Amino acid sequence: MSSTVTETLSATGSFTPEVFAAHLASVSHLPAWWLDRKREAWDRFNRLPLPKRTDEFWRFATLSGLRLDGFSLPGSVPAGSLGHSPIGIIKSGKLVFANNRLVASEPISAELAKQGVIFETLQNALLHHGDLVKAHLLAHAPKLGSEKFTALHTALLNDGAFIYLPKGVELADPLAVFHYAASPGAAVFPHTLVIAEQNARATVVDFFRSADAGTHFACGRNDLIASHGAQLTYVAAQTWSRDTLSFQSNSTVARRDARVTSLNLHLGGRQSRHESHSQLAAPGAHSEMLALTVAHGSQEFDQRTLQIHQAPHTSSNLLYKNALLQQAKTIFSGLIVVDPDAQKTDAYQSNRNLMLSEEAEANSLPGLEIQANDVRCTHGATSSRIDPEQEFYLQARGIAKEAADELLIFGFFEEVLSKLDHQTLHDSLRDLIKVKIKHPPAS
Amino acid sequence: MPQLEIKDLHVSIGEKQIVKGLSLTVRSGEVHAIMGPNGTGKSTLAKAVAGHPSFTITSGDVLLDGKSILAMQPDERARAGLFLAFQYPSEIPGVSIANFLRAAVQARLGEGEELDATAYYKRLYSKMDMLQIDRKFTSRAINDGFSGGEKKRCEILQMAMLEPKFALMDETDSGLDIDALRIVADGVNALRSTNLGVLMITHYQRLLSYIVPDHVHVMWDGRIVKSGDKSLALELEAKGYDWVKNELVPA
Repeated sequence: MSSTVTETLSATGSFTPEVFAAHLASVSHLPAWWLDRKREAWDRFNRLPLPKRTDEFWRFATLSGLRLDGFSLPGSVPAGSLGHSPIGIIKSGKLVFANNRLVASEPISAELAKQGVIFETLQNALLHHGDLVKAHLLAHAPKLGSEKFTALHTALLNDGAFIYLPKGVELADPLAVFHYAASPGAAVFPHTLVIAEQNARATVVDFFRSADAGTHFACGRNDLIASHGAQLTYVAAQTWSRDTLSFQSNSTVARRDARVTSLNLHLGGRQSRHESHSQLAAPGAHSEMLALTVAHGSQEFDQRTLQIHQAPHTSSNLLYKNALLQQAKTIFSGLIVVDPDAQKTDAYQSNRNLMLSEEAEANSLPGLEIQANDVRCTHGATSSRIDPEQEFYLQARGIAKEAADELLIFGFFEEVLSKLDHQTLHDSLRDLIKVKIKHPPAS
Repeated sequence: MPQLEIKDLHVSIGEKQIVKGLSLTVRSGEVHAIMGPNGTGKSTLAKAVAGHPSFTITSGDVLLDGKSILAMQPDERARAGLFLAFQYPSEIPGVSIANFLRAAVQARLGEGEELDATAYYKRLYSKMDMLQIDRKFTSRAINDGFSGGEKKRCEILQMAMLEPKFALMDETDSGLDIDALRIVADGVNALRSTNLGVLMITHYQRLLSYIVPDHVHVMWDGRIVKSGDKSLALELEAKGYDWVKNELVPA
């Protein structure tokens, strides 16, 4: 606001042809089809312009923040340098990536491996399960405005997590994937691909973290494919450094009677764009789209969603809750699309904002596009302040105002958190939120 | 001996004066009842003493153990030993009773002092048993969807857990059927001790049959117009508030 100088941002910034050439050389051992896709994506990245003021998909977003300069593809770091604080969740396996490379792992049990569960790096999967990866990796591009950044992700994606859950397998505890940006100016491209076959049940958690308080660039993506009757829970906990520019997009496909729950926890970053695209592809499919954000200081969280009902008797339920403090800004733009033959669709979309400051700004753009005639679709957005009577009630029991507000924020979030039934996962998310509320990033 | 002194208190909401010079001293171990018709300022008095931000104290003072509490935040007053049992307790979805009470107990510990969770739950459960509250209650959100009786029992549970020096009980009997009233009254009687002073606000004499007060005050138009012992409550019941209006209020 203070500057009136208009400057033109570079459309490619630090991501020069030399950077791409060096990256491509480093992955030349991977299948040719994948390298071809990368080249195509690189061209697309260069061709596509940066978002413009007139672009509806970027309405309300601070475009001057989308600066792509000052980043580089980082070198490798030893796992010991991460200060990797294991989150207290009981898990079935763990992969830790730092600066786009695997640095540590805890394999799944021999029992799960025997049942055919695959939990490994994307590079290994490209080499050993090429057809599976080819069919699903980046197969459904969300068209929510970040095509340029998805292209950059595809071009520079080095490694990520590959999770394959064969028919009928059930995992009691989550598979955890950590993605670190671990040196100043690091550009990271996290990816998690999950394929759940018929009736498989599992929970997958992505933790996005910065190893230092430096400036980072994160451009991530995850693909979730839930086949017939599969029940997949996906959680992403984003705690990038305060100075990170982040783009993350999520693509979910739910097939017949599949049930996918995704919960995105947004805490870190300077400016974070998140796109989530759920495709209800066959009758009985259900998608539960959840998000929680604590926005502090001058942070900006920009969330765009799409619920596409492509078949009859499908349902989706979106609930995005934001708690805004200080001068923070959030944007929610959601669209429900019902295809002509998707009769008996039941879709719900709700964005709720809890405003803890007069200066915070919450923008909400709910939308519907319905082409079938026998459907139930509702959407709504609300912004409210802390109820002074509730605050007084808690204070009258000796709880100081800050602690009272923390309880009320958790009360506001509980409707979402209570949908996670894995206790230690639930607790670890609460802990991350607690840390964020108690130690807000300096603005 | 600890005491709660209210001295010539004047309270307004906006421009409107509600409490117009009220003085009252409650000592530890005593139960005082304030009776009066609706709109006479009883609830305003209780909320103002507890520090509700909607009320302005324009003059007078409130002293707890000889120290003025008027400059204190509501939470500081509570930690100093004051407790307000609300007439209409807030419903707070998503915050469980267990977490809430834990935060309230934790708030009373010193810096860096950790709550002993085992001892906490043991104490909580014994108080719940006393008040005939189902243990499943602790996982329910504060007052969310509670019946009138459940809300009032929950207030008494909080009082039992927080062990205040002085309790202001605002229309604790309202919305209770006779069974719930008995449970709540038994709870309060069980908490009566030489370490607790109680100021009970009530519209009806009914509550006072269950919780027998040491002193009774009649409030009218923001002031106490008559004080006496428990027989005053019975006299008031027999003669009605018209008696107050016609004979006790100075013309």
